[in-house]
Amino acid sequence: MPKSTELIKKQQQWENSTLKKVLDRNPERKAEFTTGSWLPAERVALPRITTDEEYLNKLGFPGEYPFTRGVQATMYRGRFWTMRQYAGFGTAEESNSRYKYLLSQGQTGLSIAFDLPTQIGYDSDDARSLGEVGKVGVAIDTLKDMEILFDGIPLDKVSTSMTINAPAAILLAMYLAVAEKQGVSKGQLNGTIQNDILKEYIARGTYIFPPKPSLRLITNIFEYCSREVPKWNTISISGYHIREAGSTAIQEVAFTLADGIAYVQAALNAGLDLDSFADRLSFFFNAHNDLLEEVAKFRAARRMWAKIMKEKFGATNPKTMMLRFHTQTAGSTLTAQQPDNNIVRVTIQTLAAVFGGTQSLHTNSRDEALALPSEESVRIALRTQQIVAYESGVTNTVDPLAGSYYVEDLTDKIEAGVWQYLEQIEKLGGMVAAIETGFIQKEIQEAAYRYQQEIENGQRIVVGVNQFVIPEEPPSHLLKVDAELQRIQIAKLAKVKSERNQEAVKQKLAAIRQAALSPDQNLMPPILDAVREYATLGEICNVLRDVFGEYQESIVL
Amino acid sequence: MKDLTQQILNGDIRSIARAISIVENNAPLKEPLLDELYPFCGKAMIWGITGAPGAGKSTLLDRIIAAEREQQRRVAVIAVDPTSPFTGGAILGDRLRMQRHALDSGVFIRSMASRGYLGGIAGATRDVIKVFDAAGYDLIIIETIGVGQSEVEVVSLADMILLVLVPGLGDEIQALKAGIMEIGDIFIINKKDREGAVKLKTEVEYVLRFKNESSAPPNPVIMTAATLNEGIAEVIAAAEQYFQYLTDSGQLEQRRRQRLRQEFYDIVLTKIQQVVENHYNLTQKVERLVELVVEHHEKPYALIEKHLNSILKEIEQR
Amino acid sequence: MNKKLRILIAKPGLDGHDRGAKYVARALKDAGYEVIYTGIRQSPEAIAQTAIQEDVDFVGLSLLSGAHNELFPRVVQLLREKQASDIIVFGGGVIPESDMPFLKEQGIAAIFTPGTSIAAIIEFIEANRPRVSH
Repeated sequence: MPKSTELIKKQQQWENSTLKKVLDRNPERKAEFTTGSWLPAERVALPRITTDEEYLNKLGFPGEYPFTRGVQATMYRGRFWTMRQYAGFGTAEESNSRYKYLLSQGQTGLSIAFDLPTQIGYDSDDARSLGEVGKVGVAIDTLKDMEILFDGIPLDKVSTSMTINAPAAILLAMYLAVAEKQGVSKGQLNGTIQNDILKEYIARGTYIFPPKPSLRLITNIFEYCSREVPKWNTISISGYHIREAGSTAIQEVAFTLADGIAYVQAALNAGLDLDSFADRLSFFFNAHNDLLEEVAKFRAARRMWAKIMKEKFGATNPKTMMLRFHTQTAGSTLTAQQPDNNIVRVTIQTLAAVFGGTQSLHTNSRDEALALPSEESVRIALRTQQIVAYESGVTNTVDPLAGSYYVEDLTDKIEAGVWQYLEQIEKLGGMVAAIETGFIQKEIQEAAYRYQQEIENGQRIVVGVNQFVIPEEPPSHLLKVDAELQRIQIAKLAKVKSERNQEAVKQKLAAIRQAALSPDQNLMPPILDAVREYATLGEICNVLRDVFGEYQESIVL
Repeated sequence: MKDLTQQILNGDIRSIARAISIVENNAPLKEPLLDELYPFCGKAMIWGITGAPGAGKSTLLDRIIAAEREQQRRVAVIAVDPTSPFTGGAILGDRLRMQRHALDSGVFIRSMASRGYLGGIAGATRDVIKVFDAAGYDLIIIETIGVGQSEVEVVSLADMILLVLVPGLGDEIQALKAGIMEIGDIFIINKKDREGAVKLKTEVEYVLRFKNESSAPPNPVIMTAATLNEGIAEVIAAAEQYFQYLTDSGQLEQRRRQRLRQEFYDIVLTKIQQVVENHYNLTQKVERLVELVVEHHEKPYALIEKHLNSILKEIEQR
Repeated sequence: MNKKLRILIAKPGLDGHDRGAKYVARALKDAGYEVIYTGIRQSPEAIAQTAIQEDVDFVGLSLLSGAHNELFPRVVQLLREKQASDIIVFGGGVIPESDMPFLKEQGIAAIFTPGTSIAAIIEFIEANRPRVSH
């Protein structure tokens, strides 16, 4: 939007008089000021929205199209975001007690971290799982582990988010089976599975199957949940990991929305009705250090998704146009040096998420660059959210930074940059093709390289790392996962396997194979049948690997 | 060295790897070693595979390796990246897509960058082929990352060339024009599920009509989808059939002899170049000639003629 | 002329966080080395075999999942078994100080934790050049 000519004239006068005098005497610290993602930062931003019509077009009112100001009318005046700390490590028993602790501390939702073998569909006794069992999350081999994980936690009372992608259908099935055993109906269940395979190919790496069958699994889940688990968020389309891989803010939004477009398209191609699934899509973004750029990013993403759903996919139900999102503070900004400084970084990032209108938030713990977070560190991270919520006052009004000349300018700039990428991706034949050719990965790598180079050469200051360094003692009291754990978990698995009905397992696995071979069948029901019989995650994945094949990494260095 | 030769002949992985490094580093041991290995060469089938970046060569190659392994053939791959700058470093990432064969003792993958080799990267590749050949690999595949001049030179060291094309890159027509069609024996249209694949196939077949002589079997044009493992068996079958034709018609023999001829030229010229550089300080001399031309307006050809004569005379006297 | 050093950058284990590995690979390339990158999810066996086939001078292992105590020493051990103990192995990632003595003892020549500058890695490589220039 243009500034008014009168204002431009006044600005020039100011530049030639007041500003010039100061600059002549005291030049600025740098020749060029940019945001964390290299967007030009104006010295003094000026209003760009000059008419009511522009205002209504670009911002509107909270809870209404284009949702720039938020997806709910009252936002945090109604209720705070869900404070949801991602946790899980070791065995199901250990994680279970961590969840109970977090709930007792006022956390309002669970977020389950799985170990890498679980995320890639290997059992704990697989050779490839060596050293990884229970390391970055909890190990789940069979329904038995899931029963222990949620022991004493009423599934109708909590909302549970599960960071699981390639084998999402299987873990969701296990969750449903636990609910059954607790006597909770599927309709009462609240929660999210990440289920976002495209960003795994791009940035996170826990893929199993090639894109085509992976997208089929995802649309199977959409379809199944729309019928059976209506309150479940069937996907969390994630920019978080894209940003962690080193992307810019614009790339984070662009590639996430492009992933979203690909999922919607896949579901429509599979014959699903837009209104049956689109309101269950949710998003997951990163909150990085540049506070105002991040706020602008969230607002731009919201405005754009509404537009995409309405104009590209012809959505009519406002609920399907809303970009609801979870946020996690940026793990990659945490430093191993002077780890307590990380508390401050996380606070800034928390503010970014809250100013940006997030629906739920995970705050990182100060010691995550060193090891798994200790209980004390997790508590401080949770307290950070609570202080922002209860003490800072920023929750008293909706979208408090709206109308900040600078934030609105950045919002526009991010939006423009994202549209450019979306066009480019469309030209490449859509997101799947863009990933397969390595275009997306290459773009992120370039940004990551530049970022790191700036740290190397001191252009970008990281406090405690390349400036303000002090000699440090190695930290103590770090949480470590017991190396014995793998042995214990394998023994547990062996016991479950010896006690189950082998014949039934064989039959149910055969049924999954059958279903996998017929593209029109939904895979959820046979998977649910198999997990009820304690078929292992690895067994089910192996059947699917056999039918679907495995994805091979495609990167361009 | 006899030891090393014997180890290579026994197929010892570490020794083969070391021998390749000896070639790459142009170590003093190189020439006697290659001569020792030479009598054991000539048994392997050598394929070249090339195509524009993004055509899916490595994935296709990965599938071909798998298929050849099923037939118990031992496969060596030389992944050549001739695009890296001579003096700088290189990232060799092509083996990434073939990494699942890393544990198969019947597969050896070696990445090579250009390093300003004496005799060019083609010369070095030629010698690496000999090491693999002597070590008893049944199939040696040279893979290059693009279709530029030096790639064509490298891939032409093969007995038979597989050219990978893909619809939608926008460069297929250019490739046809650039004369790269000339070097291909087997044409592979990869990503056949993409829009434009059939059209591309038709175009390729059209262009090939002008190339093929009536007596020879037409160059096979095969459609594949490497990521889906489709069309691989057809590629292998066509390649083997075509190789048989090359053998039976005597063309293989011709090609190999032509290669040997080229090799001799290359080596002799390289050696002469080396002698000239070592004994006549060519770099410095050229610098002086440039100065004479620029500063004193002397005539380049006349000048060179004069100096050339004096160099040749010196050689004669030695 | 100095011998061209070849370095394998490898990701053992199952974690997909390859930002660091790719950065190091590229930065070492810019510093003039020949770098071979394996991609993610490599078994120690595959890494050792690759190191030998490529006849590298160094292997750099990157891991963020915490499985370094199991996987790093395994790579060293496999190289030894294949008579390739002259290949120098170093590591990087989220590795607690308290694990370092163990890893060093197991034959990991150096460990670089988050925040290490690329200059430090290059310094390490150059300091070891005489050891690998055979």
